[in-house]
Amino acid sequence: MAFDPRVVRQDFPIFERTIREGKRLVYLDSGATSQKPNSVIEAESNFYRMHNAAVHRGAHQLAEEATDAYEGARETVAKFLGGTADEIIFTKSATESLNLLAYAFSNGGSDNRFNLTSADRIVVSEMEHHANLIPWQQLAKRSGAELTWFAVTPDGRLDLSNLAEVITSNTKVVALTHQSNVLGTVNPMAAIVARAHEVGAVVVLDACQSVPHMPVNVKDLAVDFLAFSGHKTVGPTGIGVLWGRADLLKDLPPFLFGGSMIESVTMTDAVWAPSPRRHEAGVPNMAQAVGLAAALEYLSAIGMAEIYAHEQNLGAYLLKRLQEVPQLKLVGPLDMNERGAVASFTLGEIHPHDLGQYLDAQGIAVRTGHHCAWPLTRKLGVQATTRASLYLYNDEEDVDVLIDGILGAQKYFGDK
Amino acid sequence: MQLDSLYQEVILDHYKRPQHKGLAATYDAQVHHVNPSCGDEITLNVSLKGDKVAAITWDGVGCSISQASVSILSDLLLGKSIAEADHILNNFTELMQSKGTMVGDDAILEDAVAMAGVSKFPARIKCALLGWMAYKDAVVQAQAKL
Repeated sequence: MAFDPRVVRQDFPIFERTIREGKRLVYLDSGATSQKPNSVIEAESNFYRMHNAAVHRGAHQLAEEATDAYEGARETVAKFLGGTADEIIFTKSATESLNLLAYAFSNGGSDNRFNLTSADRIVVSEMEHHANLIPWQQLAKRSGAELTWFAVTPDGRLDLSNLAEVITSNTKVVALTHQSNVLGTVNPMAAIVARAHEVGAVVVLDACQSVPHMPVNVKDLAVDFLAFSGHKTVGPTGIGVLWGRADLLKDLPPFLFGGSMIESVTMTDAVWAPSPRRHEAGVPNMAQAVGLAAALEYLSAIGMAEIYAHEQNLGAYLLKRLQEVPQLKLVGPLDMNERGAVASFTLGEIHPHDLGQYLDAQGIAVRTGHHCAWPLTRKLGVQATTRASLYLYNDEEDVDVLIDGILGAQKYFGDK
Repeated sequence: MQLDSLYQEVILDHYKRPQHKGLAATYDAQVHHVNPSCGDEITLNVSLKGDKVAAITWDGVGCSISQASVSILSDLLLGKSIAEADHILNNFTELMQSKGTMVGDDAILEDAVAMAGVSKFPARIKCALLGWMAYKDAVVQAQAKL
């Protein structure tokens, strides 16, 4: 069956409302957060209506049902990523997933395999979202390890020309984004992973912008840890995932301490539960985990390959149309084989905030600013950009409305 | 359209022909303020003479609202006493926080009343206030040196 974004849109109730004096909602900000289908909204609220109880405790039927639902969600996430259930840690967000890892690394003492010292190196890149930069930057400060990074080329790719000089034999962690939230660039992971593993480093993948949009399999990628967020994946807010290879998670020290994460406790000591429970202290975001499972089931029913193909076609159309606009300058590679369906650009003298405001008045939702990747925007030599990010519910008409909006803004700010 | 209430002629004029832009070589205090949500930046120099605002110069990058607002401010507060300038600043801040319920007193705010429409757009209030908060900070620092 051919993929039809107009039919998909019927599953998302938010598209029934209008924006700014009756305009149709043209939502081009899925890179920030995606909209939610009815099945997700229902799964989350149905958990509260029917099954709400604290998981993993309580000698009653509701606790059993809640635990089944929560652990079932873990199975669903594992299947979606090609991992196993014991490799899935639920967090409140991808940001927390990455912080959990970075803090856990420095929580184990000198004999832990993840312990870093001033003799070690952490590698990131200039295109990281703040969520995959600052946790490592601060871990470097705490541990004394050296923080270094891959540069970004003028056309928005990772500069891998000096791969072996960046990932040195003392490198312990390589933390990279799979797809840039600003440039759309999809990073070629195979060569990076091979080099990292050659020197015994672990690879942490920030997959927030790839998991929602393309088939992602942790075994094929051969990475060691992967983080993504529920809310960008048509799922609820308040739920993120950290996947880690089972043989690594067993040695990963906990970051948050409290209920559920222990095997036994005395007044002076505690023994940790095995992963993933060790990393899920406290009563987790159960309804949100169940909502996320519904989201992944929704996407799987359509097919990630179909969604990817749709976004590749639509992304190509977006890039083509944007390049027709005078004075518009795109950042990032122009070849769709190397990028996802997100486009950031500047528009002559018109500031992104002003453009965003004008587009909003037409019912078009875009993101403006530095997109939580300040070092990258500085490197690109732009103060801010406007970003249009597409998803399964967008179509060519949305792109056409955007282009008309941009041309309208040029007229509006130009004529005044 | 509601957009026109935001982008008043006066605002776009100041944006295109900013007043007192370009930092003076000498000053009593210099501050650098940033709007972390969008990256807009303003550097602002203030010189005081007795109890008067003797010079305000600035440089910055940002949207029409942030740039026009600091341009209007530099025109409006120049030559005023520090107390008068404070009064105007408080009046302007109140207008920005009014959520569109106030039109602004043009006897006090002059060109700055054109910013009234900004108060209906929560995301832009910080843009309008960026230069004013920089001025406030700079005057406190300049006074501390006196």
